[in-house]
Amino acid sequence: MQTIHTDVLVIGGGLAGMRIAIGVKRRDQECIVLSLVPPKRSHSAAAQGGMQASLANSIKGEGDNEDVHFTDTVRGSDWGADQRVVRMFTNTAPKAVRELAAWGVPWNRVQRGDREVVINGKRVTITEQDAAHGLITARDFGGTRKWRTSYVSDGTGHSMLYTMSDQAIARDIVVHERTEALALIHDGARCYGAIVRNLVSGELLAYVASATCIATGGFGRIYRTTTNAVINEGMGAAIALETGVATLGNMEAVQFHPTAIFPAGILVTEGCRGDGGLLLDGNEHRFMPDYEPEKKELASRDVVSRRMEQHMASGHSASSRFGDHLWLDIRLLGRQHIESNLREVKEICHYFLGIDPVTDLIPVRPAQHYSMGGVRTDHRGQCPTLQGLFAAGEASCWDMHGFNRLGGNSVAETVVAGMLVSEFIADYCDGADSETTLSSALVRQFWRRERDRLQQLTTAGGNENPFALTREMQDIMTDKVGIFRDGARLGEAVEELQSLLRRSRKIGVNNQVPGANPELVAAYRVQKKLKLALCVALGALQRSESRGAHFRQDFPQRNDSDWLRRTLASWPDEDATLPRLDYEPLDVMNMELPPGWRGYGARDHIEHPDTQQRMSAIEAISGQIPTGDRFALQQALMPYEHLLPERYRGRNARLGET
Amino acid sequence: MEPTETTPESRSLRVHVLRHNPQDPGSQPHLQAFDIEEADGMTLFIALNEIRETKAPDLQFDFVCRAGICGSCGMLINGRPGLACRTLTKDLEADIYLAPLPLFELIADLSVNTGKWMRGMSERLETWIHTDENEPDLNAFEARMEPQLAQQIYELERCIECGCCIAACGTARMREEFAGAVGLNKIARFRLDPRDARSDADYYELIGDENGVFGCMSLLGCEDICPKELPLSTQLAFMRRKMAFVS
Repeated sequence: MQTIHTDVLVIGGGLAGMRIAIGVKRRDQECIVLSLVPPKRSHSAAAQGGMQASLANSIKGEGDNEDVHFTDTVRGSDWGADQRVVRMFTNTAPKAVRELAAWGVPWNRVQRGDREVVINGKRVTITEQDAAHGLITARDFGGTRKWRTSYVSDGTGHSMLYTMSDQAIARDIVVHERTEALALIHDGARCYGAIVRNLVSGELLAYVASATCIATGGFGRIYRTTTNAVINEGMGAAIALETGVATLGNMEAVQFHPTAIFPAGILVTEGCRGDGGLLLDGNEHRFMPDYEPEKKELASRDVVSRRMEQHMASGHSASSRFGDHLWLDIRLLGRQHIESNLREVKEICHYFLGIDPVTDLIPVRPAQHYSMGGVRTDHRGQCPTLQGLFAAGEASCWDMHGFNRLGGNSVAETVVAGMLVSEFIADYCDGADSETTLSSALVRQFWRRERDRLQQLTTAGGNENPFALTREMQDIMTDKVGIFRDGARLGEAVEELQSLLRRSRKIGVNNQVPGANPELVAAYRVQKKLKLALCVALGALQRSESRGAHFRQDFPQRNDSDWLRRTLASWPDEDATLPRLDYEPLDVMNMELPPGWRGYGARDHIEHPDTQQRMSAIEAISGQIPTGDRFALQQALMPYEHLLPERYRGRNARLGET
Repeated sequence: MEPTETTPESRSLRVHVLRHNPQDPGSQPHLQAFDIEEADGMTLFIALNEIRETKAPDLQFDFVCRAGICGSCGMLINGRPGLACRTLTKDLEADIYLAPLPLFELIADLSVNTGKWMRGMSERLETWIHTDENEPDLNAFEARMEPQLAQQIYELERCIECGCCIAACGTARMREEFAGAVGLNKIARFRLDPRDARSDADYYELIGDENGVFGCMSLLGCEDICPKELPLSTQLAFMRRKMAFVS
């Protein structure tokens, strides 16, 4: 058994993992990053449209600041988010954009003077200020009241990831490419690293670390139709779950993106609609204003996706030989705009659909896109139940997205969480708590357990096929745990997934080729994915309300009275076929923004008994603060600055603010 | 997996894959043919996954985004380097020949170690912004940049390190450490960027030899096959001219 020692083990080489590595290295911690693929191939690269940060440089961002970004994010989350974490996030996001600017991201910039844009289907002229010329500009995105999304054409994630990854190379960050963590080493109270498989040689190694950080992204591949990359199988969340001690938060909160091209499921950015693109039905009628007069195509993603499916179900689809879909129309944006700001979209349309979006409509239909749920952490990114385990980015439930994430807040989270959580990890490693007297017997025990599990898959004579099980799971998730959910179908899904999980314990891997052995990889991953799928399905079945992306046709109202709670899934019994679900209440009395209407979507919700009291308290507090001092007011309502690492507490420079 | 559907007029495809697993001492490179039914909208991503799931569970290949943006799936498609994920089978003859990209370390079958090659190139060419100040002030305004310039930089930054330009390069065949179009384009990108404090003399140290701009024979296979259609010949010529002035 080869054992590799380091201070910090980062699992995942995307934006979050790389920023964690840079952060801890800066604090003199030794660090190794494990990555399934060369890090620049991570799914962060697929983020097209941009990164939210309230820079307010563009004239359409005038009046924007951390407060507006905060309320947009909390409303977007349908009040599921941890508001202190949202505050930490919105204050750090401008710093993250500026750090990336200093490191080389070629953010699109403000051009002074007049320019033509498309707003609500019409061409209008806006005039950018002289003072803003050359600063980072922004585009409009869904669920935001200002143009706040910084971008690099529609290759934002690509530029960010390449810049971050090159900065990591500059700092000699060690990346072990093509490696996969199969299990966390722990003693029930504390995490000591991971058992890791080399995906070239098939070798099994032990990585021992003071702190381990999971940054493996989302788990979209438990669904059949998803925008996610094929590596987004949620293995980081799964190995945390398999400790039996760490919990996964809000796994039923799964986002469906309105505009995946049909039928391939490949994403075209929300920037299409942000820049003025429209959604049309089979009769080429623009239907979103009929449902959402306030925000139209730019309501939050959960709302737009539901309205699209609803409109299709009432007989207004377009159709092709693959089935029903709707249209995305960006023709009105014009060739020049598309070829400079939406060029990846144009390329995807060309290669996968054989069309030119300058002249043709794009067939789209909602597809699974983002996992709001993940490894539950505190505001430091630390698992509250397993010391030394951290998580960041989409793999985590930190929890700044609640039940629906806003477009542009995901890449923003990866970098912001990377900045903040890396400081907390370094603090932890510098502190006395991280000292251990780890027994080598424990490491060997985990190594042997994983070795035996792999051997069992190839030698125990099972007859189940991992590829077939994967496909059945994906069909169940897409058909029964999708955009519209109800108790009957969720109940079926839970039953069927349990049956698949039992069958997955009898997988027989026929090939015993040396090396990675893709059949073996599919086998151990589907066992883990089924556990995640059960967390999603059971969480959705139990949650008898509708909140954000979780929509129950049999319980269409948001129910703050019973469900202003975060689901915590754990898997204490290895042989069980269901997770254990616990619930963590959100405290209305400490909220800066008590629950209310989001500004789009349904208006009726069942109120929490504390909401009125908290509103009155906020009114009373506001009365005592001099008008106009937004910082003092914020501080009085919900202090959070003390939670930030000192290095990131400063105020952000903004035009027109002193 | 994306939905696929066979139509009455669908073809039978024969996919010939050059197979070899260096981890297996008994493995010899050989072509193996797989027959599959073509489906509407079928890409090589869909075809190869179908082959793995139904015929050859040990078949190795690399896909990540399957949308033409991550650069994982470069391979020789009928002898020409390209991205498999966005290659539609309807654009190919019924006999399709697939082989791993040459010049990179073979992992197995169609999977090659482009990651290791690219990291080595990045370390040698120092493909990151070099600044004098180490810690930017994150509370202050960002440095201004002309909007046009930012777009020009992005134009060169669109490279996805897929390795196709290296597989198509005559010089890379002869010189193991040749920076290739991917490396030289990166240097052009940083040279264009005012945030990078390096001078032409500094760049000359990195690429002013036969492993850099002076190794290029201008065969321009790189530009012919670049999946992102980057203006590689212009950048190569431009950098050679600039470096020639330094020397």
